[in-house]
Amino acid sequence: MTQAFAFDVAHMFAGLLVLVSFMMLYQDRLLPLIDALTLHSLLLAFSVAWQAYVQDKPDLYVTAFIALAFKAIIIPMAFRRMVVRMNLHREIETAVGTGITMLIGIGLVALSMDLMLRVTAGANALVREDVALALAVVLLGLLMMVTRRNAISQVIGFMSLENGLILAGTGARGMPLVVEISVAFSVLIAFIVIGIFLFRIRERFDTVDLQALDNIREARR
Amino acid sequence: MALLLSCVAGDLILSVLAVILSGWRYATPIVYGGTLVISAILSGIALFAVAQSPMSITLPLGLPWLGAHFRLDALAAAFLLIVNFGGAGVSLYALGYGRHEPEPGRVLPFYPVFLAAMNLVVIAADAYSFLLAWELMSLASWALVIARHRTNGNLRAGYIYLLMASAGTFALLFCFGLLAGAQGNYAFAAIRAHHLAPSLTGLALALALIGAGSKAGLVPFHVWLPLAHPAAPSHVSALMSGVMTKVAIYAFIRIVFDLMGPPQWWWSVAPLLLGGATAALGVLYALMETDIKRILAYSTIENVGIIFIAIGLALAFKASGLAGAAALALTAALFHVLNHMLFKSVLFFGAGTLIVSTGTRDIEKLGGLINRLPYSSAAVLAASIAISALPPFNGFASEWLVFQSILVSPQLPQMGLKLIVPGVGVLLALAAALAAACFVRAFGITYLGRPRTPAAAAAREVDRWSLAAMLGLAALCLFVGLFPGLAIDWLQPVASAMVSGRMPPQSSIAWLSIVPVSASRSSYNGLLLFGFMVAAATIAAAMVHRFASRAVRIAPFWDCGYPNLGPQVQYSATSLSQPIRRVFGSVTFGAHETVDMPAPEDPRPAKLVRTIRDPVWDFLYAPIAVFIDRAAGLLNHIQFLTIRVYLAMVFVALVALLTVLALWG
Repeated sequence: MTQAFAFDVAHMFAGLLVLVSFMMLYQDRLLPLIDALTLHSLLLAFSVAWQAYVQDKPDLYVTAFIALAFKAIIIPMAFRRMVVRMNLHREIETAVGTGITMLIGIGLVALSMDLMLRVTAGANALVREDVALALAVVLLGLLMMVTRRNAISQVIGFMSLENGLILAGTGARGMPLVVEISVAFSVLIAFIVIGIFLFRIRERFDTVDLQALDNIREARR
Repeated sequence: MALLLSCVAGDLILSVLAVILSGWRYATPIVYGGTLVISAILSGIALFAVAQSPMSITLPLGLPWLGAHFRLDALAAAFLLIVNFGGAGVSLYALGYGRHEPEPGRVLPFYPVFLAAMNLVVIAADAYSFLLAWELMSLASWALVIARHRTNGNLRAGYIYLLMASAGTFALLFCFGLLAGAQGNYAFAAIRAHHLAPSLTGLALALALIGAGSKAGLVPFHVWLPLAHPAAPSHVSALMSGVMTKVAIYAFIRIVFDLMGPPQWWWSVAPLLLGGATAALGVLYALMETDIKRILAYSTIENVGIIFIAIGLALAFKASGLAGAAALALTAALFHVLNHMLFKSVLFFGAGTLIVSTGTRDIEKLGGLINRLPYSSAAVLAASIAISALPPFNGFASEWLVFQSILVSPQLPQMGLKLIVPGVGVLLALAAALAAACFVRAFGITYLGRPRTPAAAAAREVDRWSLAAMLGLAALCLFVGLFPGLAIDWLQPVASAMVSGRMPPQSSIAWLSIVPVSASRSSYNGLLLFGFMVAAATIAAAMVHRFASRAVRIAPFWDCGYPNLGPQVQYSATSLSQPIRRVFGSVTFGAHETVDMPAPEDPRPAKLVRTIRDPVWDFLYAPIAVFIDRAAGLLNHIQFLTIRVYLAMVFVALVALLTVLALWG
């Protein structure tokens, strides 16, 4: 197997992650959004596994497994149950127009490419584009958090952002497994806390629209 | 070195002891007695350490990879003597004065900490220990300033003091950060080895000026000083004024002469100009005041100005390679530091005795106290003569040295300095003259004439401890004034360490003269002058008594034809300073007087209203306050944004930074 082929596959997975990030930006219903997150995490797991194979680092397989188990199976399933129980699966959110969001997203990808390819000029060729694409995924996740009103979709944006971080970490041939495990568990715990909060918010305000929280604060001002 | 540090630790233990003992009636003598002993030991160490080679020690305290470095070199030893000799005098005074403290529990625990912190600042040899001790010094003195927090205005004084102290510490923090450079080794030895980029030296110098100047009371960072000194108990005021401001001067000398590397000539411009402005403005402020402790506080500002002028000159000479002249100027600065510690302590002690015996600080309500407080008034008179720079006392000797160093300034090659230094010299001369006026006023109104209030008429002399401290320090003022050569020679190791030059040795000169530059230019003999003055005064008195008033007659005093008017008709402090207020005050302070004359048949009394504004508050601090208030008002909206807008702000900031990076790189 040639070096070029390994690069191409790694870049393909990273590129697919960016593509799925765009799909997430585009979804305005919750259930397809969760599906997109599943796909996103699945791609991440493949990408990390491929990195483990290419770099010959078996501990990255553990990372891939964690990504697969938590992010592609457990968390999306929990989300799905939550959305169904809260009866949110029919809701459509309209915070910022999809078209504008997509345009901003394209700009962000261009920015991260332009920046990272220049900054990492001296680095390993495998790392360079991976890091650039990972930054794009991070920025798109952040963009998603900014443009959504629903708490669940914000959490999903946060999860995709975290996927981007892991992509960067595994591509850069450095992130130790311990760090990875702790990040994974912290995300899991964050997820549990957020889940509890979502239910509490919902119990109190009959909605998970964050606008309601802001309204309360407006009233107290 | 170990003895030194254990003495400092002893101070800290005393403060813990003070907390435990507070309330017990012997707590006051134990604490002040303890600090007296410790300070005396430390002064002894310092006296001999100046001429020794530097000693250093590193304790495994503080930051893990740094430790706490302490070093006793000549400069540190000179200031160690200032701190501890002043501390010993103040402790002796406080043995008596402390008994009048209404709540000793608010003063006793912080007093030894304050002393210990000042000692630590002086011997610290890394930026971390230095700043820690510096901040401890600020906080302990702040606690002492607000010890009488129930008195009106003291809390505000404490607040402003805390603000200025924090700002100063921040400036010093950044200054050390710049000096340590990117490597970030904060030991002074490493900072000394690291040479700052020339473009950054100006910034470091400005930060050092703000940091040390705000603690020393340099205009325009002096605003806390006239508020904090009156608020603190008098012995603490003496310590803050005589010693703490000197510790700040130590910091400036340490940073600029020792740590910043070889000086450039333009470094001296800011200390010279600010010093000149400080000297002249400080004494003008003092002339406008009638509160005795505020007068003394402003006079401290003036003296700090004089010291900074001398420091600036030393910098200029050092930069131009005139080592002898630099040694002269630096010696003048250090000598004035020592002298100011001596006489300003006596003056604050005198203010303390006034407060104890009459209960007021307003000199307009005093008068005639020379008969009631003969010993303390004698000590205050001696200190007033000294601070007015009149021979044969010590103030004259050091200010004369400053003038001598101004007189050698034509040797400087830079045209700019040739223009600035004479101007600063004029300001210095003005300050010296006005200081004499100021203390004629302060002493005359307080101690001479007739008592203006019953409280002043009923004043009684204070206890023996206080008198011993006052008279002892006043006698030292005279001693140092008579034998300035001893002090100058004692300070030479400092000068040779800082500017690598020295003045000609003085103690070998015949008849105890001092000759700072060369015999053909100038010389001064305090003892000869003193002998001449004593002889002239004795002969004059004898002549007057022999030929004019053979017999003493008791007669009614001349009353301008108005018999038996009250003591209010005496010349008052306000009237004494009126001409100066009219000449300088109207421009500098916007002072003006309006007569509020009621219409006929209106029974209310006529009034003369004086208004004085402080330009520093108006033009510097008020705009800053307004700006901060507005900015806070604008930023307050950020408190009430939605979660999404917060996220968006983070997002936009991130993208903006990345874009900048993309465009730049």
